[in-house]
Amino acid sequence: MSSSLAQQKADKVYRDFGLELEISNRTFFNDGIYSGQKNNYLSASIQPEYYLEWSGGEQSFKAVGFFRWDQHDNRRTHFDVRELYWQRVKGATEVSVGVKKVFWGKTESVHLVDIINQTDAVESFDGEQKLGEFMVHFSQFTKIGTFDVFVMPYFRKRVFPGREGRLRPGSEDGLVIDSRDFSFESNAEEWRPSLAFRWSHYVGVLDFGLSYFNGVGREPVINDLSTFNALYGTIQQAGLDAQLTTGAALWKVEAIYRQNEFQDILALAAGIEYTFGNVKNTGIDIGLLAEYLYDDRDNIALSGLQSDVFTGVRLAFNDTQDTQLLLGGIFDVERTTQLYFIEAERRIGSSFSGAVEARFFENVDPSEFTYVLRQDSFLQFSLTKYF
Amino acid sequence: MKVLTITFVLLSAVVTFGAAQTPEEKGLNVAVKATKADEGFVSSVVDLKMILRNRQGQESERFLQNKTYELTEDGDKSMVVFNSPKDVKGTATLTYTHKIGSDDQWLYLPSIKRVKRISSSNKSGPFMGSEFAYEDLSSDEVEKYKYKYLQEISLNGDKVDIVEQYPVDPKSGYKKRIAHYNKDKGYRLEKVEFFDRKGEKLKTLTYSGYKQYLDKHWRADKFFMVNHQTGKETELFFNNYTFKTGLSEDDFNQNSLIRASR
Repeated sequence: MSSSLAQQKADKVYRDFGLELEISNRTFFNDGIYSGQKNNYLSASIQPEYYLEWSGGEQSFKAVGFFRWDQHDNRRTHFDVRELYWQRVKGATEVSVGVKKVFWGKTESVHLVDIINQTDAVESFDGEQKLGEFMVHFSQFTKIGTFDVFVMPYFRKRVFPGREGRLRPGSEDGLVIDSRDFSFESNAEEWRPSLAFRWSHYVGVLDFGLSYFNGVGREPVINDLSTFNALYGTIQQAGLDAQLTTGAALWKVEAIYRQNEFQDILALAAGIEYTFGNVKNTGIDIGLLAEYLYDDRDNIALSGLQSDVFTGVRLAFNDTQDTQLLLGGIFDVERTTQLYFIEAERRIGSSFSGAVEARFFENVDPSEFTYVLRQDSFLQFSLTKYF
Repeated sequence: MKVLTITFVLLSAVVTFGAAQTPEEKGLNVAVKATKADEGFVSSVVDLKMILRNRQGQESERFLQNKTYELTEDGDKSMVVFNSPKDVKGTATLTYTHKIGSDDQWLYLPSIKRVKRISSSNKSGPFMGSEFAYEDLSSDEVEKYKYKYLQEISLNGDKVDIVEQYPVDPKSGYKKRIAHYNKDKGYRLEKVEFFDRKGEKLKTLTYSGYKQYLDKHWRADKFFMVNHQTGKETELFFNNYTFKTGLSEDDFNQNSLIRASR
């Protein structure tokens, strides 16, 4: 590259601003179990984004804020800094400092190995929305894969729905689960730093990641479900995620082993995604999903997934409006519990999109954590405007 | 038996060099020449605008950027970043094309920060709802087709070779393509006709607004695809072509895929 071209590249600055506005309405089919719960919730959210890149892309800054207002649930009304970080790139080396979001994993129904960010439990039921996490992130790409190191000095507690909110645990006498009441195993509390490493690579049809985490567990340890006595333990976690891509079939597995003072956990998810592409030349893709989920915690986990099977169908119409539909269910192998869900979305015009989400809790076994959600089947419509 | 086979191979070699080429050899020869003629661009970056038009004339637009890194021992590496419609902004794909076997492909979903390895076998499906299939936009490696030379015609005073191409991959949506190579302009493509698996004429792609870059590489400003069976059309415009961009192989890994999303 000539020096003038190099200079040109170095001087180049790129800026971008984006904004998402969403309005949604969630209707519950049945009255709530706990007093104060409502049947219809209107809510709205705003997500502004700013991105700046200079030195020809070697340095960048990104900021993403998020605010949700909920008509009744004072905890679901929340603000978060999703991202606020500076990044420096030199060849195959990357360093980021600030609030960031990072995803690890392969499976669709659960995200076992994904531990860097705290779950935004009031934002989404499926756990796919995350809180921003402050970190120093170092990443090196090499011939034998990518090596990532994370240092996270401050822990963020999980937020649960408030008294008037749905999809929450509670008790007959009006007790509400409140993460602020949870204690820490470490005396340093939120300031107990967390460290994480990951090696990820791909060889032919195999993509895999091996990870290790040492710090404050993102998921609280429930000691007693009746009083919500819980704490954030200091944990060590080893994770494995892998995928084989053979033709139209994706074979996926995730496994974790988590160790702390109170419990050792082994959890596993494994399954397949098979896509029939461009069925009968209609342009429509039909994807079939099946995963087996295992968690040896039994009833003291904040999840109902001890030994369950997830099955689903994904339809991508590949039309001009990008219409997509996902239907699925999670079925307990040993008990009666069944969870069904529908997620559909479609672009409207060129800058709007509409989405429908429904979840149904059927025959929930009283011994499961999800028993508290047995009345919480709902239907939600949302409309998003993109600027 | 083995001796017989060897004799046969030797004989056919003699025939090849001694007499005229078969239509198959001649067709392959054109494809090889076209690839050779475009070698040495090193890397390129281009902005794309797509206009989708249905039978009623209703239009919708997409904006994307494509980066390519040239490799000769194996297929090229490329990255596509979607900028519009806004709801898919930041979605990006990374593809390692292979001369033989299926390509490796990863998709980045910015809303959940997830990089997902995806199957590249679904190549006949529509790209972003357009009349272009994924396979129409992937890097054209010689090894991906079998060839048959048809004839030479004249187009605006240039000599044009017409070659039939039969996709090797059974997952291709086409039985054959008929490609028009302009011999006098670095074997650039002027037109490609697509025939579906039943052999029916499906689509026609015409190239226009050709410019030559670095005194060598011919690039069209516009691809125009018409689907004869549905009446739908897609126009694909290429803007701000740059070559030998200073991009390196480090700009085509999963970390750079996430960064490209911005």
